[in-house]
Amino acid sequence: MSWTQFFFYVFAGLSLLCALMVVTRRNAVHSAIFLIITFFFMAAVFVILKAELLAAVQVLVYAGGVVSLMLYVIMLVKAEEASQVKQNLGQIAIAAFIALLLALQVGSIVYLYFAQKPAGKAAVEALKYGGNTEGIGALLYTKYLFPFEVASVLLLAAMVGAIVLAKNRLER
Amino acid sequence: MVEIVIVTIVKLLIYFGIMLLFVAYGTLAERKVAGHIQDRLGPYHCGPHGILQPLADGIKLFFKEDIVASASDKFVYFLAPALAVVPPVLVLAVIPIGDSITIGGKTIPLAVADVNIALLYFLGVTSLTVYAIMLGGWAGNSKYPLLGGLRSAAQFISYELILGLSIIGVVMLVGSFNLIDIVRYQKDMWLVIKQPVAFITYMIAAIAELNRAPFDLPEAESELVGGYHTEYSSMKFALFFLGEYANMVVSSAIATALFLGGWYAPVHWLSFIPGPIWFLIKTFALFFFMLWIRWTYPRLRYDQLMGMCWRFLMPVTLLNILGTGLFVILKNGGL
Amino acid sequence: MVPLSHVIIYAFLMFAIGMFGALARRNVFIVLMGIELMLNAVNIALVGFSSYLGNVAGQIMAIFIITVAAGEAAVGLAIVLSIFRNRLTVNIDSFNLLKW
Repeated sequence: MSWTQFFFYVFAGLSLLCALMVVTRRNAVHSAIFLIITFFFMAAVFVILKAELLAAVQVLVYAGGVVSLMLYVIMLVKAEEASQVKQNLGQIAIAAFIALLLALQVGSIVYLYFAQKPAGKAAVEALKYGGNTEGIGALLYTKYLFPFEVASVLLLAAMVGAIVLAKNRLER
Repeated sequence: MVEIVIVTIVKLLIYFGIMLLFVAYGTLAERKVAGHIQDRLGPYHCGPHGILQPLADGIKLFFKEDIVASASDKFVYFLAPALAVVPPVLVLAVIPIGDSITIGGKTIPLAVADVNIALLYFLGVTSLTVYAIMLGGWAGNSKYPLLGGLRSAAQFISYELILGLSIIGVVMLVGSFNLIDIVRYQKDMWLVIKQPVAFITYMIAAIAELNRAPFDLPEAESELVGGYHTEYSSMKFALFFLGEYANMVVSSAIATALFLGGWYAPVHWLSFIPGPIWFLIKTFALFFFMLWIRWTYPRLRYDQLMGMCWRFLMPVTLLNILGTGLFVILKNGGL
Repeated sequence: MVPLSHVIIYAFLMFAIGMFGALARRNVFIVLMGIELMLNAVNIALVGFSSYLGNVAGQIMAIFIITVAAGEAAVGLAIVLSIFRNRLTVNIDSFNLLKW
């Protein structure tokens, strides 16, 4: 087993552990902290899989932006209520069963069809432009220009929607 | 393999030492500068001209009683101060203090890690600073720190955009996220001459991200007692303090690499002085600039702060990107 | 080099954990976090395939997913805030306005 592979298992395992902590903590703030750590380990996995740009974007957008937005709202609503919501225990068993079933099913299919094929060689198409970041940039602004524009329109719509929804209507 | 590990560890230790020294004497410099700007002398009793003051401060903070707020969330309460120091130490890994040197036939780059996405890494890691402040404010289970933490989160997220957008101008000119490439590009002309607007917006955003005056709303002592670290004492308070100064040093260092030509001498006949010394001099100059601003300008109101970010800085940085793009296209021979 | 199957299994374990969080928890914030975990699991799978096929298209797709996730988080949190203003709770069992 190479070092790359060893570190992949370490980071993947730790991120799964932290993800489990995210969904099992009672306090939403603790969950958010573990979510940050999960995203960090995921970024490490991306680096191992030769997607450095995506790793940086992951830390920048998720760990830096999305989770801090969540924490902001968690702290904005009444803290004690947000952290101590009553757990409906009847649903946990069903949810765990469904999740486990999905994981087992897909895992077995994947294992049968993709067994032992190596991943992790550097993206060939990217190398044409001199590296991962350059490759993604070049493709994003040529071949994938239309989806890129659609994504920016989507972001604009999300921004307007969020402002309209969160605005206090009592002012009017 | 073993050689690389040893060299990296040595480099890390040296950089960490330099940063700690910088931080310790940064606190002294702050008090001295404040003193002289306000027409007094500042600390004077520990050693000649008070140069042992950081040591005395450290000893005092170590031996102070460590109070833990009884209604606090212990896990988060202990985590937050540690988080305050982590981001600047992580950023240290990509700062290129000098050009590569050759020892015994081997070329060693002076940055700890020569990575292609150094700038994105810097942006990503610094964006984690906000958690120390938010969680520190929340964990104490007290009103004023929570208000400080929430203010800080809004301020930080807003100004992070400005920081990123002002860096984009530089990246477009150089065509690389690698800090070493960016410094090498400035061998003949510093980028501050080509990108003056970006430099100014970067400095404003950096100061705002560090919650320093005139943008220190999160710790505005006249309205929020002490802001997010009201509930902390002793070493935990010191860690917040350390984090703030380490962040100042790191963002000054990044600004040096981005705009002030990194390790290159300002004029050619001065280049007999080694690069790392130039780098430290420039970093200290920017550090001094931040102190200068803090003790010169009054604090902004919160709506002024946000208005400046979204209504003024945002359009200015976007226009700067547009202008830089046009310049790059025209330089490369039109469309 | 990491075998592709292990990457995919990792992605699906992450997806399963996220789905568990979204299904089992009643705190709306943790439900949102579960959804984020599921979106991230898809990213892992895309990156795994991208590096297996030597094609950056998967990574570009992952960037679009990150964009959508950021928008989703913003809108979702805005909805939570506006519901909280009306009902003073973050328990999704009481978000039943459309149920008669």
